[in-house]
Amino acid sequence: MTNIIEVKNLVKSFGDFHAVKDVSFEVQKGQIFAFLGPNGAGKSTTIKMLTTLLHPTSGTLFLDGKNVVTDPHQTRRSFGIVFQDPSLDDELTAYENMKFHAVLYGLDKALYTARIEELMKLVDLWDRKDSLVREFSGGMKRRLEIARGLLHHPKVLFLDEPTLGLDPQTRNHMWDYILNLNAKEQITVFFTTHYMEEANKVAHKIAIIDHGKIIAQGTSAELKAQTGKASLEDAFLSLTGNTIRTEEASGVANFRQHAQMWRGKKR
Amino acid sequence: MPILYILWLRQVKKYLRSRARIVGSLGQPLLFLVALGFGFGPIYAKAGGGNYLQFLAPGVIAMGILFTAVFSGIEIIWDKQFGFLKETLVAPVSRFRIMVGRTLGGATVAVLQGLIVFVLTLIVGFRPESFSLVLVAFVFMFLTALLFTALGTAIASKLDDMQGFQLIMNFLVMPIFFLSGSLFPIDQLPSVLKFIVRINPLAYSIDGLRGALTLQNHFSLWTDFSILAGVTLVLMMVGAYLFSKIEA
Repeated sequence: MTNIIEVKNLVKSFGDFHAVKDVSFEVQKGQIFAFLGPNGAGKSTTIKMLTTLLHPTSGTLFLDGKNVVTDPHQTRRSFGIVFQDPSLDDELTAYENMKFHAVLYGLDKALYTARIEELMKLVDLWDRKDSLVREFSGGMKRRLEIARGLLHHPKVLFLDEPTLGLDPQTRNHMWDYILNLNAKEQITVFFTTHYMEEANKVAHKIAIIDHGKIIAQGTSAELKAQTGKASLEDAFLSLTGNTIRTEEASGVANFRQHAQMWRGKKR
Repeated sequence: MPILYILWLRQVKKYLRSRARIVGSLGQPLLFLVALGFGFGPIYAKAGGGNYLQFLAPGVIAMGILFTAVFSGIEIIWDKQFGFLKETLVAPVSRFRIMVGRTLGGATVAVLQGLIVFVLTLIVGFRPESFSLVLVAFVFMFLTALLFTALGTAIASKLDDMQGFQLIMNFLVMPIFFLSGSLFPIDQLPSVLKFIVRINPLAYSIDGLRGALTLQNHFSLWTDFSILAGVTLVLMMVGAYLFSKIEA
């Protein structure tokens, strides 16, 4: 098996705050990889660096054999992503958002016409295809984003907390579709979630990150064995502790905001 | 090509859907035409300047384009805040193409706005001198739109939220408009002001429009065209560079 993602000694600092400190891991082609960690642990920052949205402070990232830092353009051909926070155009219709994506990713018309219909039916939005996204509820927007992320069948699919706020029905539909894609097209899936049950069920490999460092890696069974716990959730808690991290998470957000304001003032 | 088209189409569709924005943005040009055109008209005529509305109309058309264009460029900040920008930034499309597609879309919107203002000036009483030169005026409208959309894009690439918007309006867009010869002839200005007008790209837009629509210009049409084309090219490159450096 070849590694489709290779991360070595990855560091990202914002000023003197170190969001990611010396992270290394590999994901094999066709693997379903869960990237877990408490709020503010560095998950999203790592994903942003892997998806060319942020430049790492140091370290190397390879995705599908391409150097993410020096060759972002080629890298972008190999992955798709469902972001944690919304990324739809509210003033376009659901269908227009899908079509925009399809054209940007160079799909041909026959293919995207069929796939948009299939995916929008999957997430139960086909009868609302001509409504403006602005009129959608939070859950509907989420479903549309997932459908959009699946549209171009990328080699690596990043899902940053994809199931947050979804009902169990939609969650199951979504995972069925993704597992099917994974089996049929060897699509590698890299996802984060706070639902340990989800990671336990679908992930071939799990990495747990905390305070910007990977603190454990392995299969769900290995992590449970390593910590001597019966469930992944207990294993996760015993590795990352019981303290609530919301404070710290907002600390990171505040820090970034301050840094940005300061940079803004300097200009 | 389909990529540029879909980026362009997005901007145009959004504009055509926001009727409130279209109607709202007509208030200001109309006010300028009516209040200044008719208000200063008699004094201007007495001073020997001729018909003030004929002088003012090209300036107001340029104003409509300027505001809409800068605003279209600045819309990137919205896309940043609402997250849509990320969707385009991770797509396998060069940032340069994204920037060009967006800028063409924004410029088209600004030209549409300019055309609507042009129709308004006709209603108020403005009359172009030569109908064949109206086509030349369209060229100037498009160049102006492109230039200021690129400027807006360049600025927005460096800003993270709308807090700086007021600053840009008051310290950049407003001075560009007022110090461009849009409202008054530039021949007899004090030398400092004359210098500022000369380095203001909008002055060449207005001069070009005025030349094409009323056959009266300060510089020559070729000078206007060359300077606008040159500045547009530079701003497109700067905008594309800054846009390519955006991190999310």
